[in-house]
Formats: sequence, C-alpha cells, structure tokens
Amino acid sequence: MIRIEPREAPSRRLTIGVPVASALLALLLAAIPLTFAGANIIEAYQAMAKGIFGSMFAFTEMLTRATPLIFTGLAATLAFRAKLWNIGAEGQLYLGAMAAVVVGTGWVDGPPMLLIPMILIAGALAGALGMAGPAYLKTRFGADEVVTTLLLNFIILIFIQMMLEGPLKDPMGMGWPQSSPVVDNALLPQILPRMRLHYGLVIALVAAVIAHIMLSKSVWGLKLRAVGENAAAALHAGIGVKRTLMSAALISGALAGLAGVSEVAGLRGYLTTDLSPGYGYTGIVVAMLAGLSPLGVVIAALFIASVFVGADTMSRAMGVSSYLADLVVSMSLICVLIGGFIARFTIKMTPSNKKISATGTGAA
Amino acid sequence: MINDTVLSLNKLSKRFGTVVANESVTIDLKRGEILSLLGENGAGKTTLMNMLFGHYMPDSGSIQVANTQGQLKPLTLGHPQAALDAGIGMVHQHFTLAENLSAIDNILLGSENLFAWRRSMGTAREKIKDIMHRTGLNAPLDTIVGQLSVGERQRVEILKALYRDARILVLDEPTAVLTPQEADTLFANIDIMAKDGLSVIFISHKLREVLAFSHRIAVLRHGKKVGEIATKDADEEIISRLMVGADTPATPREPLTIGAPVLQLTHLFAAGTSARSSLEGINLTVSASEIVGIAGISGNGQSTLAKVISGLTKPTSGELAIDNQPIHKFTPTSLLKSGVGRIPEDRHHDGIIGAMSVAENLAIERLDSSDIQQFGFLRHQELKLNAQKLSQKYDIRGPGIEAQTRLLSGGNIQKLILARVFEASPKLILANQPTRGLDMGAASEVGKRLLQARKRGAGILLISEDLDELLALSDRIIIMHDGELHAAPSHNRAQIGLLMAGEIS
Repeated sequence: MIRIEPREAPSRRLTIGVPVASALLALLLAAIPLTFAGANIIEAYQAMAKGIFGSMFAFTEMLTRATPLIFTGLAATLAFRAKLWNIGAEGQLYLGAMAAVVVGTGWVDGPPMLLIPMILIAGALAGALGMAGPAYLKTRFGADEVVTTLLLNFIILIFIQMMLEGPLKDPMGMGWPQSSPVVDNALLPQILPRMRLHYGLVIALVAAVIAHIMLSKSVWGLKLRAVGENAAAALHAGIGVKRTLMSAALISGALAGLAGVSEVAGLRGYLTTDLSPGYGYTGIVVAMLAGLSPLGVVIAALFIASVFVGADTMSRAMGVSSYLADLVVSMSLICVLIGGFIARFTIKMTPSNKKISATGTGAA
Repeated sequence: MINDTVLSLNKLSKRFGTVVANESVTIDLKRGEILSLLGENGAGKTTLMNMLFGHYMPDSGSIQVANTQGQLKPLTLGHPQAALDAGIGMVHQHFTLAENLSAIDNILLGSENLFAWRRSMGTAREKIKDIMHRTGLNAPLDTIVGQLSVGERQRVEILKALYRDARILVLDEPTAVLTPQEADTLFANIDIMAKDGLSVIFISHKLREVLAFSHRIAVLRHGKKVGEIATKDADEEIISRLMVGADTPATPREPLTIGAPVLQLTHLFAAGTSARSSLEGINLTVSASEIVGIAGISGNGQSTLAKVISGLTKPTSGELAIDNQPIHKFTPTSLLKSGVGRIPEDRHHDGIIGAMSVAENLAIERLDSSDIQQFGFLRHQELKLNAQKLSQKYDIRGPGIEAQTRLLSGGNIQKLILARVFEASPKLILANQPTRGLDMGAASEVGKRLLQARKRGAGILLISEDLDELLALSDRIIIMHDGELHAAPSHNRAQIGLLMAGEIS
C-alpha cells in the first residue's frame, strides 16, 4: 500500500529548488504543443530567448511587463500569508488607475515632486478601499472573501466603463471610451532614453524589499504570519486577529492599486478598460510561484513576464499562437503546485495488508 | 445461542509516537451479546474501535470476525471496506449523515450500485420497513435528515448499519446526545436487536446505563484492558474503581497557607456549544497558593469555563474577578494583562503556531513588551536569548529555537507553553488538561511545575479528566456536571466517580 506522509521539515534546497525546477519543466513541456503547432522546437526556443535577451529594447520590455506583476504578486502574497484569499487584485488595480487619472489629469497642478506622490497615494488608497469592503464582510460576518473579491472585479470593471463613458471621458478623445491623459508632471519618468521602462519598476522593487522586511522583521509581520498559520492560537495568544486581517487586506489592496497607478502613469498615460490583461489574476500565479515570499515575487514576476514577452516574439517569428504563453504560465503553476506537494510530503510504500492478515501479525 | 463467538480482538496494540494508545487488548464478543466498553476519556476506546474499522493499522495483533456460517475468519486490517463487508456497523457519536438528503437516501448512500440503470427503491424500502418493524427503530424515511430530531437521526444511523446486514454493531457513546426518554427507547430497541442475534459493543462512561442493560462489561484504562466482568456480578463501586484505578497515595505536597482569592466567579452564566456544556450560574473561588481541581466527564462545561477565563467567550451574566478586580472586557489580551496564564486544552490548536519558530512561539503572548520589540520591529537578538534561556530552564528539547515548533514532541510543546505561562508570573493559572496525551515523564514535569507555581503563590485552576492527577495535585476537587459545580466531599475516588456520572448522592 502507498502511504503519503508529511515531511519532517522541507529543506531550504527543496523550497527554493522546487519552484525553479517547476518553472524550467513548464518551459520544457511547452515543446509538446509547439510540436503540434508544427514549429521547429529549437528555433522556437531561440526566438523566445531572443525576444527576452536579444536586445536592450527586448529586455526592458520584459522588465516593463514585470512591473505590474511585482505589485499584484506582492498584493496576493501579503493577503495569502494571512490566509486572506484576495482574488480581487484586478479590480483594485483598476480602482488605483482610476484614482491616478482623477487626481492626475488636471484637477491639481504642481511639480512632479508633488504630483507623483499624490497619484501614488491616491491609487494606493483607492485599491485599499476596494479591499476594505470584502475584508469588513469577512471579519464581521464571515463572508467568503474569494467570492466577494472575485465578483467585485466585474463590478469595478463595469463601473470604470461607466466612468469612461461619462465623467472621466476625454472630451478630445474622438468619442473613444478613454480618460483624459495624465498631465506630464504626474507621469512616472522613463528610466532609459527611448525605452518604455519607467520608474514604476523601482517603486515595485522598493515595495518588495519593504514587504520582505515588514513580514520577517516587524511585529506586524509576525502577527500576520501567526494569524495565517493558526488563527485560533493567535487569538488565544491575544493577537487581534480581525485587526491583523484588516490591515493585511488594506495593504494588499493598496499594492494592487499601485499596479494600476504604475500602468497608467508610467506606460499608457490614460485609462481604458484594457489597461490590464489580467495582471491581477496573474499576480496570484506569481505569488504562488514565489512560495509567498516577497523577494521571490520579484523573481517569479520576471519569469512570468519573460514567458509572456518571449512567447509574443516566438509567435510572431514562428507563426504559432501567442496563447502558448498562457499555456506555459498555467503549466508552471501546475508544476509548482505538484512540486510543492512533493516538497512537503514523502511517499512511502508499506507492505500490503493481505500479507499482514495471513500471518496474523501487524506491520513492523 | 449466546456461546458462539462472532468477534475476537486478539492482542491489539497501537502506539502514536511515544504514547501507548492500546496495549495488547484482547476482547471477545458473542452472538446476541451486549458488551459495554468502559473507560475514561483517553483510555483507548476510540483507538480500539478505529482499528476494528480499519481506520488505524494496529502495530501488532489480529482481529477475527465470524462469517455468515459462524466460522471465524481473519479480518483484513487497515481497510474500512473489509470491516463493512464482514458485517460490522458503527454509529459514531458525531453522526455521519448528509443533512440535505432524506433519511432513506442516507440509509442507501454508499450501498447502491453506481452503475445501476435505475434505483430500485421499492425493494430497499421493503427491507428497511422490515427492519424497522422487527427492531422498533422508527424514523420518518422521506423526511430530510436536517429536520429530524437527534434521536431520529441516531435511529437512521443504526438503520443504515442494519440495512447493510451488520451482525456486529458498535455504538460510540450513543446516549451522550439523547434525552433520558430517548435513551430508554434506544435501550429497548437494542435489547430487541440483541435477542434477534445482533451483537453490540456499547461504548460509554455512564455507569448506570451500562449496568442496566449490558450483558458484560470490559474496562479499559491507560490503553490496557484492566478488567472484564459479567454485569450481574458488577456494581457501580466495582466498576468505578476499575475505571479510575486503585487508590494511590497522593504525592507529597507541602502544606501551604492559602492566601487571598485570585479568581472569583459569581453566579456566572455562559453559553457553550451545547446545552450540557453551558455554564449554569456557577460560583467558584480560587485563592493564592491553592490548586483547585475540576473533575468531570468532558463536555459538561469545562471547556466553556476555560474559554471564559481565557477571554475567548463572554459570559451572558454573572461576574468574574481576578485579584478582586472585576473583568469587564473579555478578550485574551485583557485577561493576560490581569495576570491570567493559560495552558490551553488543545495545545496544537490553541497553544502554538506550528509553522513558526520556537523562539517566536515563546514570545507570542507579549509582543507589546519592549524587550521583544522596538518601534514595531522584533529584537531578534533578544528573542533568541530569551528562547535559549527558557529552553534551558524548562528543558525544551528539539531541533533548535529557530526550528518550526511543530517538529517538537507533544511533551516539549507543552514545556514551551509552560515556559511562556510561568515566566509571566501569573496570579492565576488556568491549566486545562495539561497532561493529556503526554508520557509519564512529561506529565510529572507538568505536575512539578504546577506545584512550584503554587508555592510561589499563584492560584491554579486545574481542569483534568485524569482523576489520579487531580487527586495528586489538588487542594480541593470540584466536580462539574451539566454546567454546574459540586464540591467533592473528600478525596474519595468512588464518590467522585459517582458525582462525575451525575449520580448525586
């Protein structure tokens, strides 16, 4: 008989090695659909690599794509560590973007030193507000936050649509449902000339470091981990479980909101309802791939962004569908989940029971 | 017909880590016999039945079950399906019914062919009706189980077992959830079934009902069978002595002068998880340098009392004072601040956070204190030194202070909790089942620490199901039954046993 037993303690080598191996395995597994698509596999991988590392432009494009994923990955990480399943980063991202547009399109005027912090704070607040409702419903009534945050995504998106058709509509936009452009002084500046990469990346990296320090070194982080690992014991020990959950929720929402600000003020310059191709949801994959570690999020976001950007290039060069990128991302998640299982459990074979009953004595 | 054996448990042993749950237990059951399996909580009754049902794999020993021809055949161990096929049925204390299905659907659930073209409800209904007619177990078959009373649900559970042609029926504390009237009906039904040839194992710790209707009584204590007696030769005195063990001299405790009251409960009411476990206006005083033991069968309000004193449950009325200061805010933090140290009943669930380090768990009750944190950040060096000091002082052994706490053994986890509680120098210590599941060494360590705290001047409220422990440590013993407290007249084992069972003399 096969028995599955938990491992004593997953070693550091396993906790880091498993996600890395899973990611590589997922990339390798992409060869199967590539073969079906009739592409030369070696050339396809070469095209992919070229799409990521082939030029300065390609590389910075990858980093640009990773920026919102770091934010949403952090949003998922902090919430998930508290066992608060925030699936609503997508909606919170749009709320953050909308706040940035509301504040940054001419209401107030000032130097970048003033305007940029203003739109960042506005976006973070809006994102936090988007998570406050579900968190309140959970702590007060026990409402399942998976359902509330997920459904809120659709409500928020429709609300943004309404705003873009109404008060936020750009009068100079030729009738398109898009907002007025963010004023120049509120835009996040480019890091390199002629590249789209912007300072949103720097803010994301700083956020990751702060999240790491807060989670591992602060009392708040210890409370958050305690609530996530064993809420009953945390409550017994006098930790304010509801308050901790609420703070995790607000910070998670704020980080997702910053993703929206970074996209609007760093990349697009105006708000439309196709601002995010599902960064909020992909952030969950990033967080899981990172093993819910804030610094791991940076690496996982770079990997996922590489897959997306690389697969784009590959699809153009090889004539295969760019949906392959989604496939690789999904497969890496599945590989990580299975890998995580292997890291946490061992599979043991025990002698079959038939033998035991025949001899009349139990297993040794 | 009462002589042929239908079930034979042969030298079954099972240990979990260092804890011996069952040691070489041998029990035979005859056709048409009602056997009572008696024992305190933790005596090993449930483990034994779980091995019979294939939920646990015995470390050694074998089980034989009679087939329909009456020949004893070895039972495949570790397979619940084998037990079902051999004609063993079990009714758990906590029912395993689907509340959104009708009674008949619940009875048929799992015994129908998944690939059958259509359900042959007609024949099934006939068979169930026939069983109901024969045994007197009546239940409305077409009613949704969620709408049935507890007694009816239990009958559905028994019908489910009988429908699957159970020849051996195990009832795990069947009367715990029943009113006395329902219990009487159940006994009458079981009696009819036994006369019809069904063999019954009846798990209980209520002496009166055991004596009233079983044929034979087997007593488990500390995982071993300590006695077996025909019911006609037994009385309450004999059985309760078997259950709680021979009188042992109490370990010497220093005589101390009892100080001022540290805990006062005045006419306190609090809601528990059931009517039986709700506190019904209790009055209790624990003074400095005093250990007050609460005896009783679990589920009679001990957990509710512990929750109130831990700050997890707010009393509905009445007053609680710590050190003569009435408590108004019932949160764990406010009670901790008033000087209450809590050793929780379920140390894994409430006591520690398994995925966090030993050092973090040692500090978790005083995160606000300035020697643990500075400006909201943990002082890792202090945390480490504190953990090193306490690990040495309390002899906490394990893979290290930075290791995950879940890797520690039960005894060391308890030492960690003791360290956390005692280092705060609490005025009152709530010790709820502090030695449950611990081996002898760890258990005596806990006792030693509690006596030390008593000497220091702490008042201790000790809740335990282990009478030996209560008798050894307590200055006085109070029995909890049905949410009420009754002072035990003396350290008299038999009398305490009777009071625990609600036989107030």
